[in-house]
Amino acid sequence: MVEEQQHIDEILIPILEQVSDPEIPVLSIMDMGVVRSAIIENNLVKVKITPTYSGCPAMDVIGDDIKAALKKAGYESEIELILAPAWTTDWITPRGRKALEAYGIAAPLEAEADKDVLLHGKRIVKCPQCGSTNTRLVSQFGSTACKAQFQCDDCHEPFDYFKCLK
Amino acid sequence: MKHNLYRYILGIADNSLILGQRLGELCGHGPNLETDIACTNMSLDLLGQVRSYYQYAAKIKGEGASEDSIAFLRKEREYYNVLLVEQPNTDFGYTMARQFLFDVYHLLFLTELQKSSDLTLSAIATKSIKEVSYHQRFSSDWIKRLGDGTEESNTRIQTAINDLWTYTDELFYLTDADKAMVEEGIGVDVATLKDAYYKTVSEVLEEARIEIPESKYFQKGGKQGIHTEHMGYLLADMQYMQRAYPNMEW
Repeated sequence: MVEEQQHIDEILIPILEQVSDPEIPVLSIMDMGVVRSAIIENNLVKVKITPTYSGCPAMDVIGDDIKAALKKAGYESEIELILAPAWTTDWITPRGRKALEAYGIAAPLEAEADKDVLLHGKRIVKCPQCGSTNTRLVSQFGSTACKAQFQCDDCHEPFDYFKCLK
Repeated sequence: MKHNLYRYILGIADNSLILGQRLGELCGHGPNLETDIACTNMSLDLLGQVRSYYQYAAKIKGEGASEDSIAFLRKEREYYNVLLVEQPNTDFGYTMARQFLFDVYHLLFLTELQKSSDLTLSAIATKSIKEVSYHQRFSSDWIKRLGDGTEESNTRIQTAINDLWTYTDELFYLTDADKAMVEEGIGVDVATLKDAYYKTVSEVLEEARIEIPESKYFQKGGKQGIHTEHMGYLLADMQYMQRAYPNMEW
């Protein structure tokens, strides 16, 4: 079954918020939107997570980290990886976007703007260092599957841009 | 039905596994840092998709099969990827030509697979299509840069396209398992993708000032497990760890 809505037992939220993406440590998995459901059933927490990209090697680590965090709080848990509905960058929360920017990663633009940037070299991605939009695409692929490489032509800093995925 | 579905999934997944392996060979050997990272990123996407397919295939097969045994413990004749994806990284032109000729097909194929009555396959397709559209952008871009670049780059990408062209027709060939799955509403009738494929490919080649090969001689066999001479070497390399250290896990 395709579950569009997140179902997370409120008591679990503060625990899950402590787990971060191992590749972007400032971002909690809750702000990333990868936790689709977490429900307590007879003292067992059933958690469903969805990968950002199919080959994202962080998923196994995230699963283990969730288990460890829940165990610390006194819960046994079961992790299930689900594919549908497919993750989209729209699920990154506003707080998550701010955390990305503060960490030096430009947050994803809307789909159309993203295309303009990646296909037509439009200069609209904001440099997370100096705020200038005088930036250019260096490569569509970056340090991880979810990012592209950019450079700012004002402050000359290279930076990562989180690609829009819809 | 069970056997056909298993074969059908392998037919899809093996393409991604073998192409992923070829791209992975460039890790640390790409012509420059950006293309090196791009090729390995695409490899990672493909291998991630493969894991989803093989986990599903292992469930269908039962008998203690796992994603690892399916990926690493089959013999050459038991891999059903198309011949195109096993062709070597002769130079960067071949790597990009192979990628481009597969990406255009892959995107069309996944678009249709999303409509499959099999919910697992349609979920994998919906997930993968987002990644593969980035691949097609990347490879199309390079086809244009190489074709419309220097005399040398144009000659080399033209040679690569000419050489690999012979493997394109196989993409649209249906095996018995494919036909059975099309009838069930699970599989994609790849023959219907042919016109759209050659149209997109031709548009990009024309823009890149690359001549569209006229040859009508096409090779096939991979979908039946009959491979080119390159496949054995690729498998020897890919399976080495699992053969040397049985039961290693990804």
